[in-house]
Amino acid sequence: MHSQSISSAIQDQRRSEKRRWFVICILFIILAFSFVLDVATGPSMLGVVEVSRALMQFFGLPAKVDVTTLVIVTELRLPIAIMAVIVGGVLGVGGAEMQTLLNNPMASPYTLGMAAAAGFGAALMLYIGSLGLSSNVAVPIGAFVCCMLAACLLFALATMRHITSGQLILAGIALLFLFQSMLSLVQFIASPELSQQILFWLFGSLSKSSWTNLAIVASVTVVSMALLMNDAWRLTALRLGEERAKSLGVNVNSLRLRTLFIVAVMTATVTSFVGIIGFIGIVAPNIARILVGEDQRFFLPLSFIIGSFLLSSASVLSKVIVPGALFPIGIVTAIIGVPFFFWLIIGRRRR
Amino acid sequence: MNQKIIEQSLCVKNLHVKIDQLELAKGMSFDLHPGEVTVIIGPNGTGKSTLLKTLFGDINRQQGDICFGETSLNKKWLSKWRKHFGYMPQDIHLDIELSVLEVVLLGQLDALSLRLNESMVSEALYALEQIGLLHLADRPVNALSGGQCQMILFAQAMMRKPSILMLDEPVSALDLHFQQVLLDHLDRKTKENRWISLMVLHDLNLAAQYADKLLVVKDGLIVSHGAPKTVLTPELVKDVYGVDAEVTVDGQGIPFIRTRRSSYKQEPDNVKTKLKKETGVSSVF
Repeated sequence: MHSQSISSAIQDQRRSEKRRWFVICILFIILAFSFVLDVATGPSMLGVVEVSRALMQFFGLPAKVDVTTLVIVTELRLPIAIMAVIVGGVLGVGGAEMQTLLNNPMASPYTLGMAAAAGFGAALMLYIGSLGLSSNVAVPIGAFVCCMLAACLLFALATMRHITSGQLILAGIALLFLFQSMLSLVQFIASPELSQQILFWLFGSLSKSSWTNLAIVASVTVVSMALLMNDAWRLTALRLGEERAKSLGVNVNSLRLRTLFIVAVMTATVTSFVGIIGFIGIVAPNIARILVGEDQRFFLPLSFIIGSFLLSSASVLSKVIVPGALFPIGIVTAIIGVPFFFWLIIGRRRR
Repeated sequence: MNQKIIEQSLCVKNLHVKIDQLELAKGMSFDLHPGEVTVIIGPNGTGKSTLLKTLFGDINRQQGDICFGETSLNKKWLSKWRKHFGYMPQDIHLDIELSVLEVVLLGQLDALSLRLNESMVSEALYALEQIGLLHLADRPVNALSGGQCQMILFAQAMMRKPSILMLDEPVSALDLHFQQVLLDHLDRKTKENRWISLMVLHDLNLAAQYADKLLVVKDGLIVSHGAPKTVLTPELVKDVYGVDAEVTVDGQGIPFIRTRRSSYKQEPDNVKTKLKKETGVSSVF
C-alpha cells in the first residue's frame, strides 16, 4: 500500500528502536556487574565467583557455597547492594521527570529543595529527641514529612493557573535556601555530638538498609514506576511545550500534579532512609538523554538504570577508597559522576 | 465518517473575552462551515490568537456561546471538546531530543502505546511524505530550521484528523515553496475531509488566495466576514490597518493588495498611473 521510501523509513524507525533497547540492555549488564562487585567488596573481601554462587543459591538456582559466605552475602551485603540499585534508580527517575515537567535540564528533586527539606526534617527529629520513638523510625518519618511538605508548597504553586516552569524552579530554589538555613539553625543550636549525628545523616549512607526498609522502598518504587510508564507518551508530549501538549489533548495541570506527587513520594521515601545523595538526580537523566533521546519509553527506564549504576558503583568505591572504612557515599557519587559527566557534555556531537 | 459529523458547523454567538482589563472580544458572532478555509486577519494585538485559544477552551469567556453541532463548549467536558480540534499554536520552538517521526506521531497521542504499531508509524510517515519531508523522518528535531519545524508541527496537527483545524500563523517561518505546499495541502484536505479550517495569516495576498472566507477582526469586533472578493477593499485596509493600499484583481479573479509607502502620498500622479498599469503581474515587486 505504501511506497518504497515509507517502508524503508519504517525500517529505520524499527532499527532505531532496537538500537535504544540494545543500549538499555548493555547498561543493564554493566549495572549487574557493578551490583555483584558491590556485594563482593567490604571488610571481608569475597571473590566475584563466590558471590555469584551465593547469589544464585539465594535466588534458588543450583549452586553451592559455604554458610559464612552465604550469611555475609544475604544478611549484610545484599540489602545494601539492592538498596543502592533502587535508590540510585529512584533519584535518576525523579530527576528525569522533574526535568521533563519543568522543561529544564538543571531541575531535580534536589534543586527544588525536596532533599534539603528532608534533611531539615531528619535534623529536627534528632534534635527534639525522636518523640520517644527509636531514632531508626523517627528520623525517616521526620524526613518524609518535611520532604512532602516542601512538595506540597510546590503543588500549591503548580496549581495556580498562570505559573510558568521558570517561576516554579525559582520557587523551588527559594525553598532549597529556606530549608538549608533552617537546617543550619538546628545544627547551630544542637550539641556538638548531635550536630555530628546530623552531619552523618546528611552525607547519605546505605549502611542502615535492612530487608524491611528495602520492602517499603521497593514497593513504592514499583508502583511509582508503573504509574509513570503509563504516562510515558503524555510526558514526552509535555516536553514540546505546555501549549502544544494541551493542543495534543494532554490535561497539563493534572499531569503535572500527578507526576510531581509521584516523584515527591518516591524521593521522600528513599531520602528518608538513606539521607541526601544529590548529584545523581541531575546527571543520570542527562546521560540517558544523550544516549536514547527523550522518548519516555526509553528515557524513563534508562534514567533508572544509569542512576542505579552510578550509586552502585559509588557504593563499591566508598568501600575501597579507604580500606576498612566506609567513605560517605554522597561524596563519592559526585567524585565519579562529575568527570564522566564533563566528558559526555564536552565530547557530545550532534547525531 | 457518518453524515451527522460532516454537517456540523462551529457557531459563535455574542462572544465576550476579557483578559485583565483588556477586552479582546466585545460581542463576536460568526459561523464556520465544514469544507471551508476561514482566514482571520487583523492588526497585531487585537486578539486573533486569543480567539483561537478561546475556541479551544484554553481561555475563559465572560459571555457567549460556542457550539459545535449539538455540543457546546463547557469546562466539564473540555477534554471531549478538544478531541474535535487540531490546533497548531504559534510557537515553533522545539528543544527536545526526539526524531521528526516521533514528533509527528505525538499528533495521535491518545492512540499511542508502549509498542508503536505499524499502521500508525506508516500513517505518520505518509503525512511527512505528503508535505515533501519524508527524508527528515529520522533526523532529530532540535537540529532542524525554524521553517522545517513549522512544517513538522503542521504534519502533527494533521495527524489528529480533526473536525476543526486551527492554525495560528502557520507560515510565519516558511519560504515561498513551503508556504505553497502547506496552504495547498490544507486547502485540499479541508475540502476532502470536510474540515472546518481556521487560521491566522498576516499576508493579505496569501489570505486572498487561500481563504474561502475572511474574518476581519479589529478592536474585539468582527469588522467583516465573507469571501475575499467582497471583503478586501481599499477602505477596509485603511480602516483596519491604517494603511493606504490599492486593491486590484489579478488574472484569476483574486484580489491583489498593494500597499503604498506613506511617504509616496505626496508623489505626483504619474506614480499612481504607472502602478495601475503594472498591477496584476508579479513584476510589481
